Amino acid sequence: MEKRVVFKSRWLPYLLVAPQIVITLVFFIWPAYQALETSFYLEDVFGFSRTFVGLENFTRLFGDDGYLRSFWTTFVFGFAVTFLSMSMALGLAVAANRVIRTATLYRTFLIWPYAVAPALAGVLWFFMMNPTLGIIAYMLEVVWGVDWNHYVNGDQALLMVIIAAAWKQISYNFLFFLAALQSIPKSMIEAAAIDGANPGRRFWTIVFPLISPTTFFLLVVNLVYAFFDTFAIIHATTSGGPADATSILVYKVYSTGFVGQDYGSSAAQSVILMAIVIAMTFIQFRYVERKVQY
Amino acid sequence: MTLKTLLATSAASLIALSTAATAQTEINFWHAMGGQLGERTDAFATTFNGQQDACVVNSVYQGNYTETMTAAIAAFRAGEQPHIVQVFEVGTATMMGAEGAVYPVHKLMEDQGIEFNESDYIPAVISYYSDTDGNMLSLPFNSSTPVMWVNLDLFEANNLEVPTTWEETIAAARVLKEAGVASPLGFGWQSWTQIENFSAWHDLEIGTMENGFAGTTTELTINNPAVVAHLDRLQDMVEEGLFVYAGRRGDSRPQFVNGEAAMWINSSAYFGGFAADIQDFEFTQVPMPVDTAVRAEPQNSIIGGATLWTLTGHEDAEYACAAQFLNFLSGTEQQADWAQATGYVPITNAAAELMQERGFFAENPGTDVAITQLSLSEPTANSRGLRFGNFVQIRDIINEEMEAIWAGDKTAQDAMDAAVERGNELLRRFEATNG
Repeated sequence: MEKRVVFKSRWLPYLLVAPQIVITLVFFIWPAYQALETSFYLEDVFGFSRTFVGLENFTRLFGDDGYLRSFWTTFVFGFAVTFLSMSMALGLAVAANRVIRTATLYRTFLIWPYAVAPALAGVLWFFMMNPTLGIIAYMLEVVWGVDWNHYVNGDQALLMVIIAAAWKQISYNFLFFLAALQSIPKSMIEAAAIDGANPGRRFWTIVFPLISPTTFFLLVVNLVYAFFDTFAIIHATTSGGPADATSILVYKVYSTGFVGQDYGSSAAQSVILMAIVIAMTFIQFRYVERKVQY
Repeated sequence: MTLKTLLATSAASLIALSTAATAQTEINFWHAMGGQLGERTDAFATTFNGQQDACVVNSVYQGNYTETMTAAIAAFRAGEQPHIVQVFEVGTATMMGAEGAVYPVHKLMEDQGIEFNESDYIPAVISYYSDTDGNMLSLPFNSSTPVMWVNLDLFEANNLEVPTTWEETIAAARVLKEAGVASPLGFGWQSWTQIENFSAWHDLEIGTMENGFAGTTTELTINNPAVVAHLDRLQDMVEEGLFVYAGRRGDSRPQFVNGEAAMWINSSAYFGGFAADIQDFEFTQVPMPVDTAVRAEPQNSIIGGATLWTLTGHEDAEYACAAQFLNFLSGTEQQADWAQATGYVPITNAAAELMQERGFFAENPGTDVAITQLSLSEPTANSRGLRFGNFVQIRDIINEEMEAIWAGDKTAQDAMDAAVERGNELLRRFEATNG
């Protein structure tokens, strides 16, 4: 059977995809082109004059230790957030999948945090962990004797924003994992149980491989989230500090462009980020996806 | 009445109506005053709107200082700029560099025939905001200076004298720590209070070319031995537990309000908020401590705060309103009320006199410290202020490097060397676009 749709008119298909193409051009290609163009210029704040500086904006960035450190911070942050939020979500989804009574109630509560805006999520954790006012900081000190001060300790600050960013994303992952778990035929698991596989083995050999498309999808979404959408959390809490401990790449784009109004350098950083996204997507679909069983 | 005349009269009345509607000129005023300060700022606009019929001022809060400034610049690039925008002191160099975007306030007043006497302002304000020709390009609105806030109850309970030097500060901090005060010393806006004002207070150069006033080829000099020694001292205090760092800007405010810090160095403009929030203990403001190894007597402190800039690209009638509103804001009554309510310093001599007459300083001991500090001595080239391009970003660099000191990751010397190197790079970029 012929699966393809064949249009009678030659122009109709082009007309039908035109809106999508126009949107892509106006909202994606055009700004991306502008970023690329700006990255070669040095411009004054009010936009009265600009000078072509070639690759200077880029060479300056790669000569800057702070920028190179930011790469490392971004990767630590990105992978930690992804791992933490996905593993927590999977654990919760498996648990919620087994609940029989009041299952809807549990699920609703677990999905709730997703409705919280990222900036609010950040501020929420920021208050709870505030060394002077925060309840968590107080408990850490009283119960475990941990001297919590994310204003001074960069590792603690990074941990705080990782937790805040991961917490926010758990609900989203939970929703997808739960849906994936529910789509697994009960009979397969029962068969394995009859064959004597214990719950752990059943999970790792049957359930986990079967939900791998979802896991893969979430991996991509979460990495993109951690790399790009966590700006508000950082902005509302640490502002990249202390020192530059939580200064991830996307935050640097903002602080250079909007705080420092150095549009050339900010555009150059955006271009680098764009290159990273392209590379990441390529690697994921080329290598990781091969191992996924659809 | 024929149909024709009916139409004509209705058309005429329509025109009359529409002119009546447009007779009120609207102007936009973007400010960065949140909370209590914001309410007071908006109240100025409301009062002004009520006093006359010709102009309507829309007073809009645009976020913190940085956000307001960037919003105004972005709006300018899009051709949607407000008539008046409040810009903080570190943005002064950027605004002054933007000649095509700024309508200098002295020129605005002259064009609109409103008297504007620059000598009405206190010297610290004039010297900070005048350009190289001695003209004020923006209208000073809110100015403060760092003071040391002191928790008097904690000092009394431990039989301590309020310190005037850094040695005394450390000695007092040790006693207070012993008595269980979590962080005897604290401060906010660390670059402003511990580097910029420490330098002015001790007549030390912050950057070459008269702290940038004389030209854009300026280079930072904050890695000098006196500043490094000061930061070393503070780092020693961190190690002894005498000072616990609690964040940038005013983030450490709870330290003082909760009684965890007995001495807190930050803006005098915390007065209004403290008066409302602190009931448990007596507090006052005293001058910043002096480092006697650098200088026996302090020089003068420098201001922080903001001025109001008029932007180009609007109608003449709108500028007439802008000028009237600015004139209203700089009125003695308004300035005195504002200073009394907030803790900002009275920026005109007349406002200071009025506050004196009203007995405000006598009733609120310590509230005159800020203005005394500012006018302690005739400002020198080192102490009149600073004018560095890209300084918003440079302050962030200084913040980062100072935080590295507090965390024990870098020595004060290394951190300040790095701050100078990174800061100079941004100064060169500013020079390249504004030189």
